[in-house]
Amino acid sequence: MSEFYGRFGTGLGTLFAALVAVWLAGMVLAPNIMMVDYALRPNLPPADLGGPRDVYSLDNILYLANESVHRSIFFKTVWASALVAFLTLVVCYPLAYWLAQTAAPNRTAVVLLALTIPFWINEVLRTLAWYILLAFRGPLNALLLSLGIIDEPVRWYGNAGVLAGMVYAYILFMLFPIYSAIESLEKSQIEAARDLGASVWRTHWRVVIPHAKAGIATGCVFTFMLAAGSYVAPALLGAPGSRWFTEIIYNWFFEGGDWNRGAAYALVLLVLCMAVVLATLRIARVNLTDVAK
Amino acid sequence: MRFGRTQAVHEVSFTVEAGEFFSILGPSGCGKTTILRMVAGFLQPTEGKILIGGRDMRGLGPDQRPTAMIFQSLALFPLMPVWENIAFGLEARGVEKSVRRARAEELLRLVALEGFGERMPGELSGGQRQRVAIARALAVEPQVLLLDEPLSALDLKLRQHLRSELRELQKRTGVTFIYITHDQSEALAMSDRVAVMSAGILQQVGAPRELYDNPATPFVAGFVGETNAIGGKVASVEGGFATLDSPHGPLRGRASNGLSAGAPAKLYVRPEALAYGAEGGHTIAATIDRIDFEGAFALAYGTLEDGNSLIVSIPNTKLGSAPPIGERASFSFRAENAVVLADV
Repeated sequence: MSEFYGRFGTGLGTLFAALVAVWLAGMVLAPNIMMVDYALRPNLPPADLGGPRDVYSLDNILYLANESVHRSIFFKTVWASALVAFLTLVVCYPLAYWLAQTAAPNRTAVVLLALTIPFWINEVLRTLAWYILLAFRGPLNALLLSLGIIDEPVRWYGNAGVLAGMVYAYILFMLFPIYSAIESLEKSQIEAARDLGASVWRTHWRVVIPHAKAGIATGCVFTFMLAAGSYVAPALLGAPGSRWFTEIIYNWFFEGGDWNRGAAYALVLLVLCMAVVLATLRIARVNLTDVAK
Repeated sequence: MRFGRTQAVHEVSFTVEAGEFFSILGPSGCGKTTILRMVAGFLQPTEGKILIGGRDMRGLGPDQRPTAMIFQSLALFPLMPVWENIAFGLEARGVEKSVRRARAEELLRLVALEGFGERMPGELSGGQRQRVAIARALAVEPQVLLLDEPLSALDLKLRQHLRSELRELQKRTGVTFIYITHDQSEALAMSDRVAVMSAGILQQVGAPRELYDNPATPFVAGFVGETNAIGGKVASVEGGFATLDSPHGPLRGRASNGLSAGAPAKLYVRPEALAYGAEGGHTIAATIDRIDFEGAFALAYGTLEDGNSLIVSIPNTKLGSAPPIGERASFSFRAENAVVLADV
């Protein structure tokens, strides 16, 4: 801290510290405290606020526990988010490896640029593109029909659509951490493994993946959290049977008019996400600070 | 071997005997690493072939060849303990864990690192890591061990120590070593035979002594050890000796192949073959600019009458009668200690 003040001087140093404090208090602490406060209080008409019925309780959270449809959507959201993270990993790992170790440098630059350009567009519009692609009379069905792979158009909206939309939406969050992890692996490590007779599979399992572990865990954590909190993809590409937990939260706030219950649902989702993240990091033996890097 | 339009290695053909310590010596960029990587199987030659034990290696990858490589960076796996590093090649061959462990211990004993099996590579010193890399390569029982300047990152003292250790290990195991280096003293000290390369072309293959005494090309004469080159025209060639018309008068040295009367050539004479004084054989005169004391000997740097420089090595037992600095002095050499090579 004294080094910090030494570098920026007392005036500027205090200003920076104050800005960070305001940011933390206003953007992180206050909303979360308000969410917890809302979650633990009953939904009352304005006249009753502060009255004898306005007491803290776990009723809103217990409501979720007892409501079987919401409960199953919650657990489905959790495991489907894990599936999104896994599928994104499966797509990204070979690509990241190729970009980091095999491709010529100028080709790497072109491919990374090509992957980044779509992300200059808003997420809603990108998802809308998938909405068009996956439509019942859309281009994907037309292509598959003309190739003779399917006989009738497939209804992609639903679980398949949501998965595809999310994997696409979060690909960069998985690709970049893994890419930078693999890029730092010395090429001679891979050559040495091959020279000693290791198969491609063993080289990855014993040399590349252990080296890239922190990057893989980081990508998975990012993707899982983004997927669990995603709203656009399930709203646009989903079907009634593929509802996402965020949609239920949205409904409590904007259609049910029960902010307290919505806050309680959001709190449960937040706690569960944090638990999953910490468990993943524990399993991968990666520190939270490594992920932050 | 070509990379795009660059010819990295051409006109290279040599045979390495089984159990030999063979070095490939050359300045950086001369193609020696390319040759090593072709032998290892990381590169496929665009033309020509590589035989190991009489078997054509064409189309075989590094995992299918009876070779093991020691990388310049050593490329130990930093996240595996030492014993797993050593046993990695056996693991890849599906050897059972207890057998792998026992074999790793055996190899650790061979390289005098008993008890280091559970350490991580990062906890070892440079010399110890070096030995782990050798043990890891020997674990797959290669016919040929390929070493890509593995000593270049170490300090001089350790390098000299490891030189003799490598040499001794090679004799003990009987494995053929192909050793890449740009350090001529390293190549001369360790090798049974040395191949000298320059600009993708093989210059000469021979025992260290032979390269030093009988360099076949001007490049070898200049690269292997210090030498003095004196230019001139060939006057005559007879009885294995050539006479050179030089600005310093006629000088004689052993003739190499391809000399013809009247052609431009140079006479090469080593600094230690020159003696201060006019007696014995051929004499050249130079003005001494400075004398650097090196320990066992001193090096006198002089200028010849035609402006070229001259280096003379003076044993320190004779320093008492060293030539005076700034004055003209005569140096003599015997014709059998000089060699005349055609200019290329």
